[in-house]
Amino acid sequence: MSATDIDLAAADWLQKKTFWSWSDDDQKALDAWLDESESHRVAFWRQSAMWNRTERLAALRPMPQARRAQQSERKSVWPLLMRSAAVIGLVAVLGTFATHYALQPKETPYSTTIGGSETITLADGTLIQLNTDTALRTRFDEHHREVILDKGEAFFQVTHDAQRPFVVLAAGHRVTDLGTKFAVKNGKDRVEVALIEGRAQFDSTASEKPQSAVLTPGDVVVATANSMHLTRKSNDDLSKQLGWRRGVLIFDNTTLANAAKEFNRYNRQQLVIEDAATAALTVVGTFQANDVEAFADVAQLVLHLKVRKRGNETIISR
Amino acid sequence: MVETSETGRRDDGLELRGAMNAPEVEAWFVREVLPLEAMLMQYLRHNWRDQSDVEDLRQEIYVRVCQAAKKEIPHPAKAFVFTTARNLLIDRARKSNVVPIEAVSDLDALGIAVDAPGPDRSLIARDELRKLQDALDHLPPRAREVLILGRIEGLTGREIAQRLGIAETTVSEHLAKGMHALTDILLRESIDLKRRT
Repeated sequence: MSATDIDLAAADWLQKKTFWSWSDDDQKALDAWLDESESHRVAFWRQSAMWNRTERLAALRPMPQARRAQQSERKSVWPLLMRSAAVIGLVAVLGTFATHYALQPKETPYSTTIGGSETITLADGTLIQLNTDTALRTRFDEHHREVILDKGEAFFQVTHDAQRPFVVLAAGHRVTDLGTKFAVKNGKDRVEVALIEGRAQFDSTASEKPQSAVLTPGDVVVATANSMHLTRKSNDDLSKQLGWRRGVLIFDNTTLANAAKEFNRYNRQQLVIEDAATAALTVVGTFQANDVEAFADVAQLVLHLKVRKRGNETIISR
Repeated sequence: MVETSETGRRDDGLELRGAMNAPEVEAWFVREVLPLEAMLMQYLRHNWRDQSDVEDLRQEIYVRVCQAAKKEIPHPAKAFVFTTARNLLIDRARKSNVVPIEAVSDLDALGIAVDAPGPDRSLIARDELRKLQDALDHLPPRAREVLILGRIEGLTGREIAQRLGIAETTVSEHLAKGMHALTDILLRESIDLKRRT
């Protein structure tokens, strides 16, 4: 096999892993291919590194407000002109962030509204993606990189710097990056951390008895004011959980109660499931997070449920 | 990086640091070696007659430096990569009875300053974005299209196939070719792209 064939094979593995459903068996097959030859491993490292760099391209995604305004006129593909305008606007905004960070290290707040999503790239190359209804503050100076997640959920892809550890604080819990991709969710009564790549240190300092854990890929920590719980998830489950990064909610035998709860995080139009029997039904499928209508359609047409509207509530019942 | 007691100096002047595990080798490879690819390719094309061997030579060099790095991370990376390249060319030339004169000459004479800093890694987000967009513009139209749908619009492979009305296997092929081409462009044409913007 020539080097070019190996590079192409590495690219093929990576596209499979990135864009299609990926099971534990797929991961085993990839691991086997990597173990076959050192040249496979190096080619995959090279390909992955460059692909990670293109993560910034996701920042070119149109802003949510603009998308909503556009959707009323046309639901399908974005006209090219609008997209370019959004791109130029966003590039200018990112430029401002970068200059800002270089010149005056201080606390900077970022937030999204309900249904919003925003990706910020910091001057050190670290990427933060904010999910719906999220508020965080960054505090950077020569020796520290600190993010305080006040509410909501964010995905972090951290550029490692041993001299300046990257720390995320949420409700008295602390995640210290050791070169990583991870997601942190600060719910009302609990903080959840999912580690996707690399390693991170988790410290629960909220309770009187401080607890710690070193997280490896697949680890999910759920911490409340006085407890800490560590579980493992498969690649598949993790990528479903992070569907919001692509603006979608992925349900896999999810109860209507939980599906409605998820939708309600993203929309002002709130789903209400009226009776317990309906709430216990399950759904499978991928939905745009802001498309409550599509979900109501499935309830009506597939599950044969009644759907009615009352103000900003969509009520689903038998 | 922390200096360890294993730190030593070899007689070829390369400083060696403590043993590293695979993720650390990968991090080192991505941080220190990959940014040298444009320069390394230039060196190989210059010093090897058969251009169809160049990609294989590059990969062989990567394998050798990573294997060495597993024992001890070589520092500075640049000197180690180009010394490995020169040794490989000399080995290959001996076997094929061809003598590439330049390959045996000093690295200095080739204009490769081994102690000069590597490519600027402190690019701010705006430049990086512009560069990525330029790289995208260099891809074949179909590959570009599927990558935009996948990376910017965040669609899955299946959704891309539906949107474009093409087979899922075709989407896979374009994604793989596009990612492969994008990697080459990002690693090799940085100087070119910077000049144009």
